[in-house]
Formats: sequence, structure tokens, C-alpha cells
Amino acid sequence: MAEEKKIKNLKSFSTSADRFEGANLLCPGCAHSIIVREVLNATNDDLVISASTGCLEVCTAVYPYTSWDASWIHIGFENSATAVTGAEAMYKALKRKGRLFQPERTPKFVAFGGDGASYDIGFQWISGAFERGHDFMYVTLDNEVYANTGGQSSGSTPIGASTTTAPAGRVSYGEKRHKKDMMAIMAAHGAPYVAQVAPNKWKDMVKKIQTGFNTKGPVYINAMSACTTEWKFPASDTIAVSDIAVDSLVFPLYEIINGTELNITYRPKNIIPVRDYLGVQGRFKHLFQPENAHLIDAWQKRVDAHWAYLQKREEARV
Amino acid sequence: MAKETKGWNEFDAGAILFSFNKETTVSNLATTLPENRAYSQSNSYTASVADWRVEKPVFNRDFCIDCQFCWIYCPDMSIVSRNEKMVGVDYDHCKGCGICVDVCPTNPKSLLMFEEKKSENEALANWPKKESKKDKEAN
Repeated sequence: MAEEKKIKNLKSFSTSADRFEGANLLCPGCAHSIIVREVLNATNDDLVISASTGCLEVCTAVYPYTSWDASWIHIGFENSATAVTGAEAMYKALKRKGRLFQPERTPKFVAFGGDGASYDIGFQWISGAFERGHDFMYVTLDNEVYANTGGQSSGSTPIGASTTTAPAGRVSYGEKRHKKDMMAIMAAHGAPYVAQVAPNKWKDMVKKIQTGFNTKGPVYINAMSACTTEWKFPASDTIAVSDIAVDSLVFPLYEIINGTELNITYRPKNIIPVRDYLGVQGRFKHLFQPENAHLIDAWQKRVDAHWAYLQKREEARV
Repeated sequence: MAKETKGWNEFDAGAILFSFNKETTVSNLATTLPENRAYSQSNSYTASVADWRVEKPVFNRDFCIDCQFCWIYCPDMSIVSRNEKMVGVDYDHCKGCGICVDVCPTNPKSLLMFEEKKSENEALANWPKKESKKDKEAN
């Protein structure tokens, strides 16, 4: 097995050679590629990657171009987990039979999916792959909307967001259902490692991804991906918006080991009110009208309750 | 890639694209810098999105402290860093989003957005002076 890549600080990390190429067609300021290149740079091993249909797949594999310097496959919307676990099963079988072409190389298996492909359409395939216990990592690029097809609501869209299938207006305040708690669902599978990451906290993210690569068995990573097009903020503010999302505890950073041990990996020094998080995004603009004020209070209460719940679970170790 | 367009029926049902030329002999890609790689025509590295930009980031070596924030947060692999030093901006792949300017911590910033048509020398000549604490509070 190749030695684990040591990343002491940002300067030494910056000597990495990217295996994800530019001139892909993702929007300017898209957080997807910040996350993807950090995942790819976290290891020096070979990578076998699959991607679900979504912004990432559509924009990085536009015939006749590919942006991936690694083995990469796309099959359908729902089955990136199935495709990569199939490759992993084949690798194991060839290894057992001694028929590997280069046995000294230890590839890592990674599946990327958007929140639509993970929370809704591909959910049973991910669940199946985790139940079978393959040695792979599933990364959800969670931008809380079907951004590729024009901003329809997904299972990840939070309450109050205006989307094209739940537009805000005179009769509605937008999406009426809460966001699915995917972290809890994946932890309930008994997965050895489940973690939530954000691109603005690069060190926390790289550490979690390396832990994921070193863990035997299925690993689930939920990566917050601020979407400049559908969350409606200027392209240059991707990192600033991610900072607000993490510091307001809308996206708390934590990990769950073996389905029980929960560790909070980042505690903001100054907790920002959720109002600030909602205020920087165009999709929540209507919440600031007087008739929707109760929704902002409900948001704050829900975020506080979730943070209290996480802290209690961390203490109780159950 | 060839310029003539293919008809719908001429595409293969499943397509395989090779990122590198077949005779490439790199042992580990993860430690090979782009200038030492044999990119094939179907790698998007050989394409350009320069025409997406309205404004471009210009790099000023004088104020840079090599913190590499721009490198880690660039979504388009367009910040060129070699031997832990920031070297410059790759204008073939930069889409002009401005994240690098947003995260730059120096005072004045060592990366700033300028109009696409402005030359680099012109931009460097018009670089703002160091902002005092008083001015910052006023803003």
C-alpha cells in the first residue's frame, strides 16, 4: 500500500498536482469543484470514481472532453454507488485470484452524487451498497436543490426556500417540508464513518476525507456545496456564504463513528444568528416580509434544537 | 478536437475518452505536475473558458505572503503554485468568479479584479495603497 499523504499545512498541500482539470463547464464560483479537487488531492493513490447525473457529471464530461485524470464512469442518475461498488467487488475478486495487473497499487473507490441523486433518486442504491459493506466512499455534494435541471426542490431543500417547483409568492412561502437528516440515516446503517464537511474549513475536510480513505468499509461524506446560481448570491461569495452557514450552525461539522460515537469537530467562537444566513441568499428573500417573520424564528429554534441534540449525543456516546 | 461536427447517428452508444496520450509513461499521476503530463486532445485541460470572463484577477507579487488560500479555494485549478510559492493565474481556465480576491488576506490585497481588456502592467500601476485602520472602520 502506498504511504498515506501527509498534509501538515496549506503550503505543503499546495504542492499537490491536481487530478481534476480546469475548463470544465461548472458555473464560475461553484463549490462542487472546490470539494472534488480536495477529495482527489487528499490521497496519492489511484482513484476509481463514479458520478451520478447532476451538475458535476454533466459539466465535467462534455463530449469530446473529460476533466478527470482518473478512472471515471457515469451510468445513470441513481447508480453511482452501484457502479463503483461493482468495480470494487471486481478488484477484490481479481486480487483473490492473483490476477491483478499491478498488484502493488491500491486504488481507492469514490462515488460522487448530488443531493438529488443521494437523498431522493439513488437512495435505495446507496442504502444497498452500505448494507453490503463495500470498501468505498460516497460523497454527496449537497446544494439543496436540483440545480442541473433548473432548481427544482429535492429531499434536501430546506423549509422556506423558493424553488421552481415550490415558488414563493402570494399564496406560498416556498418549500413546505423540512430537510431530510441524511447523516442520521446513514449512521443508522451502522456505517464505520459518516461525516459532514464544508469547503471553507479545508483542514477539517481533508482530515475527514483521509480518515474516510483509511477506514475499511462504506464511508459517507455529506459536503455542503453553496450554489451561486440557485441560492442566488454573487459568484465571489461562495466561501463567505459557506463561512456563514457553518458559523450559524445551519451546517454543523461533525462525524459519527460506527453509528454511535458522535464528535463535533468545529465549534464556532461566535455563533451567528440564522437570520444572517438566510439574508445573504436570494432564495430566502421573501422570508423577510412581515407575514413570514414566524418562519425565521422557527428556523432559529430548529437550528438551536439540533445543535443541542448533537451536543447531547456527543456526551452520551450513543 | 476536430472541428467538423458529427451527426447524431455517428456517436457511439457508450463513449470512452482518454485523458492522456496512450504512450504516456508516468508512474504516479498524483505526483506529476501538469507541465510533465502528456494530455490528450480530449482532456479539458487543452480547452479554454477564457471567454467566460468579464473581469480577470491580476496577481501582484509585492504583497503576496504565499498563504495559498487562493490555491485551495480556486474552483477552477487556475492558481498556479510551485514549491509552496504562488506563481500566477492560469488565464486559460480562470472563469473570473473572484473567490481568490475574496479570500486574499493581505492589505492591500495581492489579487484584484480588473477589466478583462486592461493590460497587466496598467493594472499593477493602478494598485491601491495600504488601507489604514481608520479607513477600514470608515468603510
